[in-house]
Amino acid sequence: MNSLIRITDLTVEEIDELIDTANDIIENPAKYAEVCHGKKLATLFFEPSTRTRLSFEAAMYELGGCVLSVSEGASSSAAKGESIADTARTVSCYADIIAMRHPKEGAPYVASLNASVPVINAGDGGHNHPTQTLTDLLTIRREKGELGNMTIGVCGDLKFGRTVHSLIEAMSRYPGVRFILISPEELKLPSYVKKDIIQRKRIEYKQTTDLEGVMPALDVLYMTRVQRERFLSEEEYLRLKDSYILTPEKMRWAKPDMIVMHPLPRVNEISVAVDDDPRACYFRQALNGKYIRMALILKMLKEAGRL
Amino acid sequence: MNVDAIKNGIVIDHIQAGKGMEIYRFLNLEAYGCPVALMMNVTSRQMGNKDIIKIDGEIGVDLNMLGYIDPGVTIDVIENETCVRKYRPELPEQIRDVVRCKNPRCISTVEQELPQIFRLVDKRNKLYRCIYCDGRLD
Repeated sequence: MNSLIRITDLTVEEIDELIDTANDIIENPAKYAEVCHGKKLATLFFEPSTRTRLSFEAAMYELGGCVLSVSEGASSSAAKGESIADTARTVSCYADIIAMRHPKEGAPYVASLNASVPVINAGDGGHNHPTQTLTDLLTIRREKGELGNMTIGVCGDLKFGRTVHSLIEAMSRYPGVRFILISPEELKLPSYVKKDIIQRKRIEYKQTTDLEGVMPALDVLYMTRVQRERFLSEEEYLRLKDSYILTPEKMRWAKPDMIVMHPLPRVNEISVAVDDDPRACYFRQALNGKYIRMALILKMLKEAGRL
Repeated sequence: MNVDAIKNGIVIDHIQAGKGMEIYRFLNLEAYGCPVALMMNVTSRQMGNKDIIKIDGEIGVDLNMLGYIDPGVTIDVIENETCVRKYRPELPEQIRDVVRCKNPRCISTVEQELPQIFRLVDKRNKLYRCIYCDGRLD
């Protein structure tokens, strides 16, 4: 693996290895505090991001490395018309590894074809966001003890939510996983995801609009935000944005060991009152994002012969 | 209508009627300087009507691409006025710089110098996806 563009660039064994490393980092942070001393991560973020960029940067600092950062497209040479290929070649001269977010789908892939250092896709539009999926997998493993044999409910915007598509793709590689797809009619999982992943792999699934009704069956509930920017009409967005709101009342129906996940940021879909429930693990999930990125940076630098 | 037999070259036969010109343009046949015959709406027992292209000379392009443009075509390789090989082109694994990705969010729509590449992901359903954005080629 020279670069990470989509979650399926990693084998199940490689994901296990990353999760093991992340767990080791959590338990023994001092062991990793200087391993990337003298190494530089370039974070090229051509569209706004808070948590992903900060977690990449925090990850590199906690490994003892440094960060070179472009936090918006307007301040980079891309604003002068430089191509992704040229940017990648140039940044390779200064950094040991690149994390790139770009609004255009496929931009990090183009960068990976031209960079002489590893490239991590930190989100390309609505397309791929593999480090979010790795974060989700680490969280499920830490919270549930394994990655198979469970019922996962994904709720909210299943149509445009890239995190959901990647999570389904990644989890479908583990045995005994069942999905319950909870969304309004208008935001159902696209048929190509259903057909290409769930049905092709003959995975048990159910589609419903009723969150409350399926709560008792869930081991994991993955909530998503209805994203304003994906809608052409504001009216349609307003009509659908509060389709599902997870409240303490609804949590009463859930198993005592069910976990609630969310890629964040949340808007209304999880009531703040749920935050104190020990089953709400979305802030632990955000923290896990830093640890899995530390594990990933380490693995990629090692494989590139830079450590 | 008679067209002379060709000595060394190829015959692209069983082209869906009306597609001959598209294939002629795709192969850029006017650029080679060798004799080329494009016959349109030729009567065919199998197809009713069909188009045929005869090329008397070497054009050195990957004819498997024709499997994408018109999967029904057959290719006869002619040497010394004899057909030495007849085959139906396979769907190519990759289609390069033939069609552009229509996904407005794809990086290839803004960076025009990028090669336009689609990869065959499902042979049975003839499904290609853009290598950058995974957009379907319809």
